[in-house]
Amino acid sequence: MLQALRPPQPRQRLVLVGNGMAGVRTLEELLKIAPELYDITVFGAEPHPNYNRILLSPVLAGEQTLDEIVLNPLAWYAEHGITLHTGKAITRIDRVKRVVEAADGTTAPYDRLLLATGSLPFILPIPGKDLPGVIGYRDIADTQAMIDAAAQYRHAVVIGGGLLGLEAANGLAKRGMQVTVVHLMPWLMERQLDETAGRLLQQSLAQRGIRFEMGVQTEALIPDAAGRVMAVRFKDGREIPADLVVMAAGIRPHTALAASAGLLCERGVVVTDTLQTVTDPRIYAVGECAAHRGIAYGLVAPLFEQAKVCATHLAQFGIGRYTGSAVSTKLKVTGIDLFSAGHFMGGEGTEQIVLSDPVGGVYKKLVLKDDKLVGAVLYGDTVDGSWYFKLLRQGRPVADIRDKLMFGESSLGDTGHAGVNKAAALADSDEVCGCNGVTKGAICKAIKAQGLFTLDDVRKHTKASASCGSCTGLVEQLLMTVAGGDYSAAPKTKAMCGCTDHGHQAVRDAIQANHWLTIDQVYRGMDWRTPNGCASCRPAINYYLLSTWPKEAKDDPQSRFINERSHANIQKDGTYSVIPRMWGGETTASELRRIADVVDKYRIPTVKVTGGQRIDMLGVKKEDLPAVWKDLAMPSGHAYAKALRTVKTCVGSEWCRFGTQDSTQMGKDLERALWRMYAPHKVKLAVSGCPRNCAESGIKDVGVIGVDSGWELYVGGNGGIKTEVAQFLCKVKTPDEVLEYSGAFLQLYRLEGWYLERTCHYIARVGLDHVKKKILDDADGRRALWEQLQFALDGEPDPWFEFEKAQVDLRQFAPIQPAITVEQGA
Amino acid sequence: MNAVVTTEVTETRWVEVCAVADIPELGARRVARPAGLPVALFRTAGEQVHALLDRCPHKGGPLSQGIVGAEHVFCPLHNWAIALADGQARAPDVGCTPAFRCRVQAGRVLLDADELATHALDLPAPTAGPCRHG
Repeated sequence: MLQALRPPQPRQRLVLVGNGMAGVRTLEELLKIAPELYDITVFGAEPHPNYNRILLSPVLAGEQTLDEIVLNPLAWYAEHGITLHTGKAITRIDRVKRVVEAADGTTAPYDRLLLATGSLPFILPIPGKDLPGVIGYRDIADTQAMIDAAAQYRHAVVIGGGLLGLEAANGLAKRGMQVTVVHLMPWLMERQLDETAGRLLQQSLAQRGIRFEMGVQTEALIPDAAGRVMAVRFKDGREIPADLVVMAAGIRPHTALAASAGLLCERGVVVTDTLQTVTDPRIYAVGECAAHRGIAYGLVAPLFEQAKVCATHLAQFGIGRYTGSAVSTKLKVTGIDLFSAGHFMGGEGTEQIVLSDPVGGVYKKLVLKDDKLVGAVLYGDTVDGSWYFKLLRQGRPVADIRDKLMFGESSLGDTGHAGVNKAAALADSDEVCGCNGVTKGAICKAIKAQGLFTLDDVRKHTKASASCGSCTGLVEQLLMTVAGGDYSAAPKTKAMCGCTDHGHQAVRDAIQANHWLTIDQVYRGMDWRTPNGCASCRPAINYYLLSTWPKEAKDDPQSRFINERSHANIQKDGTYSVIPRMWGGETTASELRRIADVVDKYRIPTVKVTGGQRIDMLGVKKEDLPAVWKDLAMPSGHAYAKALRTVKTCVGSEWCRFGTQDSTQMGKDLERALWRMYAPHKVKLAVSGCPRNCAESGIKDVGVIGVDSGWELYVGGNGGIKTEVAQFLCKVKTPDEVLEYSGAFLQLYRLEGWYLERTCHYIARVGLDHVKKKILDDADGRRALWEQLQFALDGEPDPWFEFEKAQVDLRQFAPIQPAITVEQGA
Repeated sequence: MNAVVTTEVTETRWVEVCAVADIPELGARRVARPAGLPVALFRTAGEQVHALLDRCPHKGGPLSQGIVGAEHVFCPLHNWAIALADGQARAPDVGCTPAFRCRVQAGRVLLDADELATHALDLPAPTAGPCRHG
């Protein structure tokens, strides 16, 4: 009874200081996972709701309006019961009483406090810095002041030739002012660009009428009679007219408030991997004001990643750690594409690959060190920026792709968007994503209307680049123009799926290290967020268990995609296709007769010859599958599985007047040795009997080409989304060696590949040298791999016939027929 | 199968379709109907059973063939996540597949006979065949 009388437990109080992108993003993440936990109060020094600061430049340039860049309208705060104080800067934190106080005397008590005070422009300590007409460039008020000045005055001087300064200069020039950029260093954006790219940039901005004073130091700002700035004087004594001076010489984390409350501040408010301040665990800091492992991040992607981690801790889940971000810069000056990442300047021990076409306006520089890509600068054509950034983060050796590196991923036979590499050149009605039929207009509209920020957001909402991914670069460019950038955080490891933060490698390693045999052990052992996972992680883990612990781990059919559960390939209408195995692409009259009879008997609507030299029967009803298999009396073709598919062959020396080797027999031997082999993804082989290569061995996972003196082996080819030509692995003499080397390579791939990673992507990740080391240099290791594979495949059932052994649940084929007595008029 | 039709105070006529054990854990079965598309029965990790029309709101994929999670089934055609409890697609996808009343009694799965006979009869099966654009 006493309990019933007690008033309900009051909610905890969370106060956010700083109503900007990092802080509000943290609240959004928090509300997603724990909407009822806190009474939330927000203080913002500016009189506006949260807006997209990155888009101030387009506003200045007159390309967007202030209304358009608001991210969270006032209604959003109301809807979530958030108390919002705009125009109130917090001046004091009382950590003992746990109260914050604003300049106007408003106070708010807190249980947890989140600091997201951002940064302040660095104002040069020179005479005249406080004159009217001298401003920083940080917020809406600054932007408005520039717009007003442009309407009245003629001469603008921007001090600082970094990204912010150039955007300001570009905007002011567009509004009709005569703009001069003053830069201390010899070239523009020296922190993101090398000299050549910096000069190209200067050239194209100069063509727009912007003037430059390079390598020049400002000494003083001179007032006119009325006390407003009228000129800038340099150290060398020269003066240039200036009715408006924009200080864009850098930013400093805004830490004054935190410091006054006794919180440890170095480059910013010092925080741990959980985004808590090291001084007071009740106080968190995110965004530009926070220093994590010595770095105060100024780009939005890391801030969003911090927001996500911080929210999980505020929500008291106690999971998630922020371990830092790798950053790249894509720069947004309308009409100029720039990208830079890593150590783009080069230096001791580095090599450079450079493509320079100043007239065409393209410049690319790649910096390599110890056979790895360590930096990149792209000017004029940035579509491959994300690819270079990926290579850079992965730190994979690039010797094997060095000759192609400069021409980018898109040069490797991208299909689906006809080689377009500039989103700006597309019309709204042009298709960007050929897989899902998404136009540029649809993507731009979704980014604006739904407030999308990251590549993942765009993929979820529009499906653009969500299937084959070859238009990713274009979608990123659209994010750049519409949202001001792609804010996808770039964590060092990519999570397997939404159910976990662990990446594929971590899961593989843990299964190996802990001898885990069931999916549940993985989920419990690695703190999965969902009790039964999802359609992405369950099949992957099921595969990892089976490939790591063959004959020990038990297959879980319910964790397999339907095709591998029903051993046929689901079609758009819910029927299935059936492809029986034809060893090496050879068949017989009797097999063809049986196929014809089955087609007639089960009224199969379409019969088609596949690219893998087999016959596909399409439109089979699920109920008919077991009977179709039985009547065909041919082995399963596994055409539905992440497994060995076909071994394509040419007729070879048996018939062909050019043939040097018996490729058909080699193909049949390979297929008989490897069929029933599940793998991270589908696996296709081919054997050609001479270098004319009629079996297309050059685009197969393992391609074999017979030559007079033996066999050449190629690996990692792919005829798919990106046509990848297989790479030469080695030359061997005998058919037995072909089996051993091919088998060992495939077993290596089975053990090290990530689920849904084709051999070409696997090799791209680990490097061909790694494969050569394991297969060519280590003979014992190679034989061991080949034996392991034979052990794993020994006794594997044919799922079309050995139902019990293959765990084929026969109940799935026929629907339940309940005896419903429909009582008329009941 | 011996179906037992019982009448309750609510006048729901429950028809027994199968045992819970007839549905694989984290799996599904299809229940044919006299008319209309089949109903998909889903069994979660426990004894819970949900019933939805066997048709994804996206392109009509047979949900009974999807991978079953704790709260969603993932459509086998394009991986939409459909809530087992009410048939709603998970955001940002939008759509809903009709849900059927379903109860478990002493290890047996019961569906509403009237719903089976009359609910969502108008939704068409997906079709295949020569491609038609636009």
